[in-house]
Amino acid sequence: MVASNKDLPELAGSEPERLIVADLVKRGLKVAPIWILLAGLIWGIDGAASATYGLVLILANFVVAAAFLTWAGRISPAALMAAALGGFIFRLIILTIAVVAVRNLSMFLPVPLGITIIVSHLGLLTWETRYVSLSLAHPGLVPDASKRMKGQEKK
Amino acid sequence: MIDLLAAADVIADKPDQILVGLKAVGAGLGYGLAAIGPGVGIGLVVGNAITAMARQPESAGMVRTTMFLGIAFTEALALIGFVVFILLNFA
Repeated sequence: MVASNKDLPELAGSEPERLIVADLVKRGLKVAPIWILLAGLIWGIDGAASATYGLVLILANFVVAAAFLTWAGRISPAALMAAALGGFIFRLIILTIAVVAVRNLSMFLPVPLGITIIVSHLGLLTWETRYVSLSLAHPGLVPDASKRMKGQEKK
Repeated sequence: MIDLLAAADVIADKPDQILVGLKAVGAGLGYGLAAIGPGVGIGLVVGNAITAMARQPESAGMVRTTMFLGIAFTEALALIGFVVFILLNFA
Protein backbone atom coordinates (compact mmCIF):
# COMPACT_ATOMS: atom_id res chain seq x y z
CA MET A 1 0.00 0.00 0.00
CA VAL A 2 1.40 3.39 -0.99
CA ALA A 3 0.80 6.37 1.27
CA SER A 4 -0.41 9.65 -0.17
CA ASN A 5 0.77 13.11 0.81
CA LYS A 6 -2.09 13.55 3.24
CA ASP A 7 -0.52 10.84 5.42
CA LEU A 8 2.65 12.82 6.02
CA PRO A 9 1.57 14.77 9.11
CA GLU A 10 0.12 11.61 10.64
CA LEU A 11 3.33 9.70 9.97
CA ALA A 12 5.39 12.47 11.49
CA GLY A 13 3.18 12.30 14.59
CA SER A 14 1.63 15.07 16.61
CA GLU A 15 4.78 15.30 18.76
CA PRO A 16 7.54 14.55 16.28
CA GLU A 17 10.30 15.88 18.55
CA ARG A 18 9.82 12.90 20.85
CA LEU A 19 10.19 10.42 17.97
CA ILE A 20 13.27 12.18 16.61
CA VAL A 21 14.96 12.31 19.99
CA ALA A 22 14.19 8.65 20.68
CA ASP A 23 15.88 7.83 17.37
CA LEU A 24 18.84 10.09 18.15
CA VAL A 25 19.37 8.53 21.58
CA LYS A 26 19.08 4.99 20.16
CA ARG A 27 21.66 5.74 17.50
CA GLY A 28 23.89 7.55 20.00
CA LEU A 29 23.85 4.53 22.29
CA LYS A 30 24.64 2.23 19.35
CA VAL A 31 27.69 4.29 18.34
CA ALA A 32 28.85 5.08 21.89
CA PRO A 33 30.90 1.92 22.57
CA ILE A 34 32.88 2.30 19.33
CA TRP A 35 33.50 6.01 19.92
CA ILE A 36 34.51 5.52 23.56
CA LEU A 37 36.85 2.66 22.60
CA LEU A 38 38.42 4.85 19.91
CA ALA A 39 38.89 7.71 22.39
CA GLY A 40 40.37 5.25 24.88
CA LEU A 41 42.88 3.99 22.29
CA ILE A 42 43.98 7.52 21.38
CA TRP A 43 43.87 9.36 24.75
CA GLY A 44 43.78 6.54 27.31
CA ILE A 45 41.23 5.95 30.07
CA ASP A 46 40.88 9.65 30.83
CA GLY A 47 40.10 10.30 27.17
CA ALA A 48 37.47 7.55 27.17
CA ALA A 49 35.88 9.05 30.29
CA SER A 50 35.86 12.54 28.73
CA ALA A 51 34.34 11.19 25.51
CA THR A 52 31.65 9.39 27.53
CA TYR A 53 30.89 12.61 29.38
CA GLY A 54 30.67 14.53 26.07
CA LEU A 55 28.25 11.96 24.63
CA VAL A 56 26.08 12.09 27.74
CA LEU A 57 25.99 15.90 27.55
CA ILE A 58 24.96 15.90 23.88
CA LEU A 59 22.25 13.25 24.31
CA ALA A 60 20.91 15.05 27.39
CA ASN A 61 20.93 18.29 25.39
CA PHE A 62 18.78 16.68 22.68
CA VAL A 63 16.37 15.22 25.24
CA VAL A 64 15.95 18.53 27.08
CA ALA A 65 15.45 20.43 23.80
CA ALA A 66 12.74 17.98 22.68
CA ALA A 67 11.04 18.05 26.09
CA PHE A 68 10.92 21.88 26.02
CA LEU A 69 9.51 22.03 22.48
CA THR A 70 6.98 19.23 23.03
CA TRP A 71 5.73 20.88 26.20
CA ALA A 72 5.50 24.32 24.57
CA GLY A 73 3.92 22.92 21.38
CA ARG A 74 0.92 21.76 23.42
CA ILE A 75 0.36 25.28 24.76
CA SER A 76 0.60 27.73 21.84
CA PRO A 77 2.82 28.90 18.96
CA ALA A 78 4.01 31.84 21.09
CA ALA A 79 5.08 29.41 23.80
CA LEU A 80 6.91 27.39 21.14
CA MET A 81 8.89 30.48 20.12
CA ALA A 82 9.68 31.32 23.75
CA ALA A 83 10.68 27.72 24.51
CA ALA A 84 12.95 27.52 21.46
CA LEU A 85 14.88 30.70 22.27
CA GLY A 86 14.72 30.41 26.06
CA GLY A 87 15.62 26.75 25.85
CA PHE A 88 18.65 27.55 23.71
CA ILE A 89 20.06 29.97 26.32
CA PHE A 90 19.10 27.64 29.19
CA ARG A 91 20.83 24.64 27.61
CA LEU A 92 23.99 26.63 26.84
CA ILE A 93 24.15 27.75 30.47
CA ILE A 94 23.62 24.19 31.74
CA LEU A 95 26.29 22.84 29.33
CA THR A 96 28.77 25.47 30.50
CA ILE A 97 28.08 24.72 34.16
CA ALA A 98 28.35 20.96 33.51
CA VAL A 99 31.80 21.35 31.94
CA VAL A 100 33.17 23.99 34.33
CA ALA A 101 32.07 21.81 37.27
CA VAL A 102 34.34 18.93 36.23
CA ARG A 103 37.35 20.94 34.99
CA ASN A 104 39.50 20.06 38.01
CA LEU A 105 38.90 16.32 37.86
CA SER A 106 41.86 14.21 36.73
CA MET A 107 39.77 12.47 34.03
CA PHE A 108 38.90 15.79 32.35
CA LEU A 109 40.63 16.16 28.97
CA PRO A 110 39.38 19.14 26.94
CA VAL A 111 40.40 17.86 23.49
CA PRO A 112 38.48 14.52 23.45
CA LEU A 113 35.54 16.21 25.16
CA GLY A 114 35.43 19.01 22.55
CA ILE A 115 35.84 16.66 19.60
CA THR A 116 33.12 14.35 20.98
CA ILE A 117 30.69 17.25 21.47
CA ILE A 118 31.04 18.53 17.91
CA VAL A 119 31.32 15.19 16.10
CA SER A 120 28.50 13.46 17.99
CA HIS A 121 26.12 16.41 17.67
CA LEU A 122 26.67 16.89 13.94
CA GLY A 123 27.04 13.18 13.18
CA LEU A 124 23.83 12.10 14.92
CA LEU A 125 21.88 14.97 13.37
CA THR A 126 23.11 14.19 9.87
CA TRP A 127 22.24 10.51 10.35
CA GLU A 128 18.75 11.41 11.59
CA THR A 129 18.20 13.94 8.79
CA ARG A 130 18.89 11.27 6.17
CA TYR A 131 16.32 9.00 7.81
CA VAL A 132 13.73 11.80 8.19
CA SER A 133 14.20 12.96 4.58
CA LEU A 134 13.67 9.40 3.35
CA SER A 135 10.60 8.80 5.51
CA LEU A 136 9.04 12.11 4.41
CA ALA A 137 9.77 11.47 0.74
CA HIS A 138 8.62 7.81 0.83
CA PRO A 139 6.20 7.43 3.76
CA GLY A 140 5.20 3.95 2.64
CA LEU A 141 8.73 2.74 3.45
CA VAL A 142 8.52 3.67 7.14
CA PRO A 143 8.62 0.31 9.02
CA ASP A 144 5.36 0.75 10.94
CA ALA A 145 3.58 2.79 8.24
CA SER A 146 1.19 -0.03 7.30
CA LYS A 147 0.09 -0.45 10.95
CA ARG A 148 -0.61 3.27 11.26
CA MET A 149 -2.55 3.30 8.00
CA LYS A 150 -4.63 0.29 9.08
CA GLY A 151 -5.40 2.18 12.29
CA GLN A 152 -6.57 5.16 10.24
CA GLU A 153 -8.80 2.98 8.06
CA LYS A 154 -10.52 1.53 11.15
CA LYS A 155 -11.27 5.05 12.38
CA MET B 1 49.69 59.51 32.94
CA ILE B 2 51.31 58.42 36.19
CA ASP B 3 48.56 55.80 36.60
CA LEU B 4 49.26 54.45 33.12
CA LEU B 5 52.97 54.18 33.87
CA ALA B 6 52.18 52.37 37.12
CA ALA B 7 49.90 49.96 35.21
CA ALA B 8 52.68 49.35 32.66
CA ASP B 9 55.02 48.48 35.54
CA VAL B 10 52.50 45.94 36.86
CA ILE B 11 52.15 44.39 33.38
CA ALA B 12 55.92 44.15 33.04
CA ASP B 13 56.16 42.44 36.43
CA LYS B 14 53.45 39.82 35.78
CA PRO B 15 53.20 39.09 32.05
CA ASP B 16 51.93 35.51 32.60
CA GLN B 17 48.95 36.62 34.66
CA ILE B 18 48.02 39.24 32.08
CA LEU B 19 48.16 36.57 29.38
CA VAL B 20 45.90 34.25 31.38
CA GLY B 21 43.45 37.09 31.95
CA LEU B 22 43.39 38.10 28.29
CA LYS B 23 42.88 34.45 27.30
CA ALA B 24 39.86 34.21 29.59
CA VAL B 25 38.43 37.48 28.23
CA GLY B 26 38.95 36.25 24.66
CA ALA B 27 37.31 32.88 25.42
CA GLY B 28 34.30 34.56 27.01
CA LEU B 29 33.94 37.05 24.15
CA GLY B 30 34.30 34.27 21.57
CA TYR B 31 31.64 32.13 23.23
CA GLY B 32 29.25 35.07 23.55
CA LEU B 33 29.74 36.18 19.95
CA ALA B 34 29.38 32.59 18.70
CA ALA B 35 25.99 32.34 20.43
CA ILE B 36 24.56 35.45 18.70
CA GLY B 37 24.36 33.90 15.22
CA PRO B 38 22.54 30.73 16.31
CA GLY B 39 20.18 32.86 18.41
CA VAL B 40 19.18 34.82 15.31
CA GLY B 41 19.06 31.61 13.26
CA ILE B 42 16.79 29.80 15.73
CA GLY B 43 14.49 32.82 15.80
CA LEU B 44 14.23 32.71 12.01
CA VAL B 45 13.66 28.94 11.91
CA VAL B 46 10.94 28.94 14.57
CA GLY B 47 9.31 32.12 13.26
CA ASN B 48 8.99 30.70 9.76
CA ALA B 49 7.84 27.33 11.11
CA ILE B 50 5.03 29.05 13.04
CA THR B 51 4.03 30.95 9.89
CA ALA B 52 3.96 27.66 7.95
CA MET B 53 1.87 25.95 10.65
CA ALA B 54 -0.58 28.89 10.68
CA ARG B 55 -0.95 28.72 6.88
CA GLN B 56 -1.20 24.93 6.69
CA PRO B 57 -2.17 23.43 10.04
CA GLU B 58 -2.46 19.96 8.48
CA SER B 59 1.29 19.92 7.79
CA ALA B 60 2.23 20.85 11.38
CA GLY B 61 3.85 17.48 12.06
CA MET B 62 6.16 17.72 9.08
CA VAL B 63 6.97 21.37 9.81
CA ARG B 64 7.82 20.63 13.43
CA THR B 65 10.04 17.73 12.39
CA THR B 66 11.99 19.99 10.07
CA MET B 67 11.99 22.80 12.64
CA PHE B 68 13.49 20.60 15.35
CA LEU B 69 16.28 19.44 13.05
CA GLY B 70 16.86 23.04 11.90
CA ILE B 71 17.16 24.25 15.49
CA ALA B 72 19.60 21.46 16.34
CA PHE B 73 21.77 22.16 13.28
CA THR B 74 21.82 25.89 14.02
CA GLU B 75 22.79 25.16 17.60
CA ALA B 76 25.89 23.34 16.36
CA LEU B 77 27.47 26.75 15.66
CA ALA B 78 27.07 27.75 19.30
CA LEU B 79 28.52 24.39 20.35
CA ILE B 80 31.59 25.06 18.22
CA GLY B 81 32.00 28.38 20.09
CA PHE B 82 31.56 26.45 23.33
CA VAL B 83 34.29 23.99 22.41
CA VAL B 84 36.65 26.86 21.52
CA PHE B 85 35.86 28.33 24.96
CA ILE B 86 36.74 24.99 26.60
CA LEU B 87 39.98 24.66 24.65
CA LEU B 88 41.11 28.23 25.35
CA ASN B 89 40.32 28.07 29.05
CA PHE B 90 41.18 24.53 30.04
CA ALA B 91 43.58 23.04 27.46
